[in-house]
Amino acid sequence: MDFYRDIDQYADRTAVITEQGERLTYRQFLEDGDKLLQEIPARSVLFLICRNCLESVCAYIGALRKGVVPVMVNSGIDAQLYQQLYEAYHPSFVYAPRDWSQHEDLPVLGGYRGFVLRSTEWEQDYELNPELALLLTTSGSTGSPKLVRQSYTNITANACSIAEYLGILPEDRAITTMPMSYTYCLSIINSHLLRGASVIMNEYSVIQRQFWEIFRKLEPTTFGGVPFIYEQLKALRFGRMQLPSLRYITQAGGKLSKEMAEEFNGICQEKGIKLIVMYGQTEATARMSYLPWERAQEKAGSMGIAIPGGSFSLIDVDGKEITRPDTVGELIYTGQNVTLGYAQGYQDLSKGDENHGVLHTGDMAKRDEDGFYYIVGRKKRFLKMYGNRVNLDEVEGILKKQGYSCVCAGEDDRMRLYTTEKEESRQQEMKEFISRALNFTSRSFEVIYIEEIPRNEAGKVLYSALGSERKTIPAK
Amino acid sequence: MTNMEKYRNAFVKGLELPLEEVKSGLTYQGIENWDSVGHMGLIAELEEAFDIMFETEDIIDFSSFEKGIEILKKYDIAVEG
Repeated sequence: MDFYRDIDQYADRTAVITEQGERLTYRQFLEDGDKLLQEIPARSVLFLICRNCLESVCAYIGALRKGVVPVMVNSGIDAQLYQQLYEAYHPSFVYAPRDWSQHEDLPVLGGYRGFVLRSTEWEQDYELNPELALLLTTSGSTGSPKLVRQSYTNITANACSIAEYLGILPEDRAITTMPMSYTYCLSIINSHLLRGASVIMNEYSVIQRQFWEIFRKLEPTTFGGVPFIYEQLKALRFGRMQLPSLRYITQAGGKLSKEMAEEFNGICQEKGIKLIVMYGQTEATARMSYLPWERAQEKAGSMGIAIPGGSFSLIDVDGKEITRPDTVGELIYTGQNVTLGYAQGYQDLSKGDENHGVLHTGDMAKRDEDGFYYIVGRKKRFLKMYGNRVNLDEVEGILKKQGYSCVCAGEDDRMRLYTTEKEESRQQEMKEFISRALNFTSRSFEVIYIEEIPRNEAGKVLYSALGSERKTIPAK
Repeated sequence: MTNMEKYRNAFVKGLELPLEEVKSGLTYQGIENWDSVGHMGLIAELEEAFDIMFETEDIIDFSSFEKGIEILKKYDIAVEG
């Protein structure tokens, strides 16, 4: 019952549509992937340097079918971070765009269109757990080579749940709006292929003319977006656009503000587009909850209910289950899509299931009388940066290691670095350093000078005393 | 402040660039800071500086330093010099 095998049945339907409008049938697409993977023995580790294009998705599905374990790496990754990953996982094979800057000296084994497959200097001298299917960079990785270990069961289970609650039809065409190395985008690809639908592999951002040209030409029926994408759509006056092909859109990767949620609910209702708000984490493969669109108005601000096959519970500080409605506790998810655990390096790839189907999300939530869940805060100090979970304590650690005196706070998509470094050049340096280390544009960081870091008597940082000088994009 | 000064200033603030780097030849995705996040910042700064609201078409067409000057003409703003 593995979805990437079952999709053979869709033989002559269209699986992938390129930006140029080329259509590949399931038969062709699967054949191309299988052929590419012929060169690689099962149970090897493959670094798959992703762009949102046919070549990447073809190798991804091919790898799952062959039992090769891909590490999904965005082609835009910082060179130094990439080197760390490479050293930590000793992949035997790397598949990357021909014009990619790394590994030009490694021998070429094969290729597919604009991508080339190379063997590396590493001989695989470690075992892979038989259940291990896929390795994804975690949002909270903050510059460390930490990956999430996903199993074959995880991927199929989550894709099935998603296809079911979204009611994906074979006629649907999903256009990508996020990098496919990101779990949310990958889940859109998986769930659409599962149903014999098509995916339009698009590299452009919604603020580029090319995106809308492709949109008009290829008429996607759906896309997904993190809050930042919805902000861009708002600035582009999404409400005024004529997009008759659009049937439903999804939102995840962080919470929309109440005003944004209401505005988009209104626009979508008027246009007859279903807007489905969801919640998830890479640690749960992708999705854990969805808000049924019929209830979107009534339950605005809610992350909805557990996906089919999953369940939520809330626990108090003593780990006891909370049964009363409207009581805040840590959100716990149980389901087949809870991943095996983390890896810090190749040594961890033989490990089995460490989570046993239960995930402590780190989010604080409450449940209303109808069983709908609402995120109200976070147990640990982290921010969502463009859909990625970033632990602030870890960020402080990285900066400290680099010799900067600094504490971090902020809001989603906007991190503030409070520093006692007085020199402007040093502040600038710090900002550039952290922007590179975390791989977010330096515009997402604001450096604020403070005379001293406020601490209580026990030496704990008083984040509440940091104030909140804010620099926000003015409201439209 | 001249319109050109305002215009260049919006790049400085929106894209967080030093003033000397704001000049002809800058393109969307041509430099690290002018990515999709930077673009939204730049658009917001320009709208504020010139007290205008861009049309959708103009936001997605705003692909270079020169193109921006051309687009602003539609809003009766002459950026010269």
